[in-house]
Amino acid sequence: MVKNGNQQAYSQLVTRYQNYVFTIVLRYINSREDAEEVAQDVFIKAYKSLADFRGESKFSTWIYTITTTSCLTFLRKKKLEVHSLDNEKVMAHAEQVDSGMRANQVEQKSKLAMVNQAITLLSPDDAQVITLFYRGEQSLDEIATILGQETNTVKVRLHRARQRLRDKMEKFFPQEVRDLTT
Amino acid sequence: MSQNIQMEARLWEYIDGIAKPEERSVIEALIQTQQEWREKYQEMAALHQDLQEHLELEAPSLRFTKNVMEEIARLHIAPATSTYINKKIIYGIAGFFITLIAGFVIYAIAQIDWSSGSGSGGFEWNRIDFSGIFNNQFVNIFMMVNIVLGLMLFDRYLTAQKKNWKKQAS
Repeated sequence: MVKNGNQQAYSQLVTRYQNYVFTIVLRYINSREDAEEVAQDVFIKAYKSLADFRGESKFSTWIYTITTTSCLTFLRKKKLEVHSLDNEKVMAHAEQVDSGMRANQVEQKSKLAMVNQAITLLSPDDAQVITLFYRGEQSLDEIATILGQETNTVKVRLHRARQRLRDKMEKFFPQEVRDLTT
Repeated sequence: MSQNIQMEARLWEYIDGIAKPEERSVIEALIQTQQEWREKYQEMAALHQDLQEHLELEAPSLRFTKNVMEEIARLHIAPATSTYINKKIIYGIAGFFITLIAGFVIYAIAQIDWSSGSGSGGFEWNRIDFSGIFNNQFVNIFMMVNIVLGLMLFDRYLTAQKKNWKKQAS
């Protein structure tokens, strides 16, 4: 139905995948406004190329591939500032997050916030691979297709990304990490 | 250090459920018998569970779907690439070039004087005489037409690019 140009059906797909696509874009682009523009562009590009989607992969895998390509193109064009471990602003942001977290000590809420804040401190590549694996409903093989890499490379990247996330959590949220393991 | 990295890699494969059955049994035994493995496993499993349960998706603005659909309402789905690229044309172009290369090779081989071998075993490619081909008027006309066509296509490409830039700028 969607492939025949049924816009109503496509609108349902947009509603279903908008958060996934937007989150992946945000991992790359440090501005909600720009991220929203790129995410919209992803769905428009996908609609225009629907005839080329042969159903050999999941729709989500296909749209995440378009998302990744669109983000890289956007960054190449704009040379925007991205999240980076070496970025001073990110480190300052981390300090703010840390102090903000201390003010809010409801345990479950802080755990949730800790994970979601810690992931913003990772590099875009690390944050993306974790997001695709845990929230994108993608297997390692599918992530490899999206990133254009070997499955084994993706496996190692995921391992390292989780380790770095763990390091960030231990550095900026030591109390919450202790709570997690006890 | 590398032993620790290896242990983590094996534990992640176990936690992600991608370890082979025999490897799973080995890791289960290690977790049960060795404290170092058990502690590392608990730490990693806690992180894994936390990511599964607490990693949230960001939501775009409420108008997101509406914006996309408004933009899409003005568009049509492009036909599949396979429908507008005619395979016969691709095969035709490939055939043309293969014939051209084969022609040159046959022409070169035909010029070899097999009876007067120098015994060196090598063939001097620079001694092939192509003047018979490139002095031919038909070949010269053919080359000229190709150059003109190439320049026309390049001009069309540049015009399209210019339009595109103007559109983006406005």
